[in-house]
Amino acid sequence: MADGLPKSYAFRREREQVWRDLERLVTKAEKQGIRALDVEEIYRLPTLYRATLSSLSVARGISLDRNLLVHLERLSGRAYLSVYGARGNFVDAVAGFLWRDFPAAVRASAWHLLGAGGVLLLGVLAGLFLTLDQPAWFYTFVPESLADGRSPTSTAAELRSALYPGFFRVDDTLYFFASYLFTHNATVGFFCFALGFALGVPTILLLLYNGAIIGAMAALYARHGLSWEFWAWASIHGTTEILAILLCAAAGMMLGAAIVLPGRDSRTDALWRQGRLAGRIVVGAVALFLVAGLLEGFARQMVTDSWGRAFIGSVMLLIWISYFGFAGRRAGDGAA
Amino acid sequence: MARRDARPSASGARGPLRREREITTPEGVVLRLNLADRGERAAAMIIDLLIMLAVIVVMILVLIQSLAALNPSVALSLGLIGFFLVRNCYFSFFELRWHGQTPGKRALGLRVVDRRGGQLRSDAVFARNLMREIELFLPVSLVLSQGDTALDAGAQLLAWIWVGIFVLMPFLNKDSLRVGDLIAGTWVIVVPKGLLLDDLVAERDASGSGSDATPVFTFTERQLDVYGVLELQTLEDILRRDDKAASEVIAEVAARIRHKIDYRDRAAWTDQKAFLDAYYAALRARLEARMLLGRHKRSKHD
Repeated sequence: MADGLPKSYAFRREREQVWRDLERLVTKAEKQGIRALDVEEIYRLPTLYRATLSSLSVARGISLDRNLLVHLERLSGRAYLSVYGARGNFVDAVAGFLWRDFPAAVRASAWHLLGAGGVLLLGVLAGLFLTLDQPAWFYTFVPESLADGRSPTSTAAELRSALYPGFFRVDDTLYFFASYLFTHNATVGFFCFALGFALGVPTILLLLYNGAIIGAMAALYARHGLSWEFWAWASIHGTTEILAILLCAAAGMMLGAAIVLPGRDSRTDALWRQGRLAGRIVVGAVALFLVAGLLEGFARQMVTDSWGRAFIGSVMLLIWISYFGFAGRRAGDGAA
Repeated sequence: MARRDARPSASGARGPLRREREITTPEGVVLRLNLADRGERAAAMIIDLLIMLAVIVVMILVLIQSLAALNPSVALSLGLIGFFLVRNCYFSFFELRWHGQTPGKRALGLRVVDRRGGQLRSDAVFARNLMREIELFLPVSLVLSQGDTALDAGAQLLAWIWVGIFVLMPFLNKDSLRVGDLIAGTWVIVVPKGLLLDDLVAERDASGSGSDATPVFTFTERQLDVYGVLELQTLEDILRRDDKAASEVIAEVAARIRHKIDYRDRAAWTDQKAFLDAYYAALRARLEARMLLGRHKRSKHD
C-alpha cells in the first residue's frame, strides 16, 4: 500500500519539523511579546517563516489535506504578523519621528501649509478691516469668553492692562496655566485635523473664524494706537502656536483634498497615502503645542516688555523655519 | 476548540461566518485573513476604555494623596498632562509595542494589520488613533454637554448628525472600517488560530504496517474516479470527527460509498472505519496525482 500513499504525505513528513518549530516561536512571541525570543530564535524566525510560506505555496499546488492547508495558512498568517508587526518601541519611534519623519512630512506638505496660512491670513484681514471700519463687528467675531471684558467701548488703559498682567506673580499657578494651555490647544489641533475628513470644509471654516477673531482683536488695539504692543504680546507664543494650528489644518486639508481630488489613485488609496503623512504632521504638531504652552504660560507672564516678547517670538519662528527646512535632510528620504 | 479550529472557514458552510480578506505578503504569497466583526471590536474598545479609566482614577488618587507634599497647582498640571497622555497615547503606545494589539484587542484575539500587507508603520498607528478624537471623545463630550444651554437645539441636532457620520462609519462600508482605519490604511483582523492534526494517512501508515489485523483494501481507478476534491475533504471532516455520533455517521457514509463505487469485499462491512481510511488515502493519492498533471476534479459532478 506504500505506493498508494499520497505525495503530500511525504511532503508533510519532510517539512513538519520546520512548521512545529515556527509554531513554537510564534506562540512564544504572541504570548510573551517578541522580546521574549532570544538571539538565536530571533535569527531563526524569518527563516522559518519563509520556509513555511514556501511550504504553503507548494501545499496549495500538491496537497488536498484540508487540515494541513488550513493550518499552514493560519500558521503563516500568525508568523507574518509576528515578523511584520509594528516594530520598535514607543520612545525610539518618537525620537526618530521628531528628527526625521516629522520635518520631512512637513516639507512634503508645504503647499497645503501655505494654503492654510493663506486662509488664516484671509480671516485675519477680514476681521481687521471689518472691525476697523465698523467696531460693532467686534461683537460678531469675538466670543465673550475670549473678549475678557474688552469691547470697542474699552479705554486704552483697560486694553493695555489686559496685555500686561501686573497682578500675575510668577508662581506655581503658572504650571497649571501652561499645562492647561497645552492640552487644550493640542486638542483643538486634533479636531482641526480630524475634521478635515469632511472634505476639509470645517477645517477651512475654523481657520477663517479664528483668523477673524485675531483680526478683530488687533483692530480693537489698533484703534487706540496699541498695535505694536498687541502684536508683540501675541507673537511670543503665537508664532509657535499658530504654526502648530496651521500644521494641523494643513493635515486636515490633505485629507479633504485626498477625498475631493484623489488624482490617479482611487479615493481609498489617496486617503491611505495622504492620511499617514497627515497623521505624522499632527503628531509632530503636538511638540509645537507643548512649546507654545510653555511660552504662553510662563514666558508671556514673565517677559512683560514688548521688545522682549517680539524678540522671543521671532527667535522661535526662526528656529521652527530652520528645523522644518533642514532637520533630517541628510538622513535621506526627502520624499517621505 | 480544536474541533472548530480544524474546520476551515473557507468552506463557508460550517464554522463561524467571517469576512475573509486577502493580503499579499512582501514575499508575494497571498494569505487569507479574517476580519474582526464590529461586536468584537467594540468589546475590545470597551475593555481598553475601562483600563484607561482605571489608570486615570489611580492617577487622581495618587495625586490627591500627594497633595500634602505637592503644590496644588503642580499637582493639577500633572493631572492634566497625565490625562492628556492617557487619552492620546494609550492606543498608540500599545499598538506600537505589542505589534498592533492593545490589552483589549489581545483579550479578544484581534490585531491591526496593514491593508497592503506591508509592515504596520508607526505613522499609521498614530493616524488611526488620532481619529478617535472625533470618533469617540467628541461624541462623548457631546453627550456630556447635553444640559449645556450654550448650544441651541438646532446646533445640537447638526452636531449629532455630523458626529453620526463618523460614529456610524463602520456600518457604512463592507470592511467595517472606522475612519481611522480608512486614513491609516489598516484592517483589524482576527489572529488566526489552528491546530495541526495528524495526517489521516499517517495514522493509517503507522497502524497499518504494524499489525495484520487491519484488512487491506484495494480500489480500482474507476472506483476512485467517482469522487472529487469536495467529497474528499468532506470525508476528511467526517474521519476527523470524534463526537458521539461519529460512528453512526461513519457507518452511514461507508454504506453510501460502498454502494456508489460498488465495492464487494466483505471486510468493508466488518471494519467500516478502516475501509473509509483506506478509501480516503487512495482517493487523496489519486486526486493529488491528477492535480499535479493539471486535472483538477472539484467534485463528483466535475
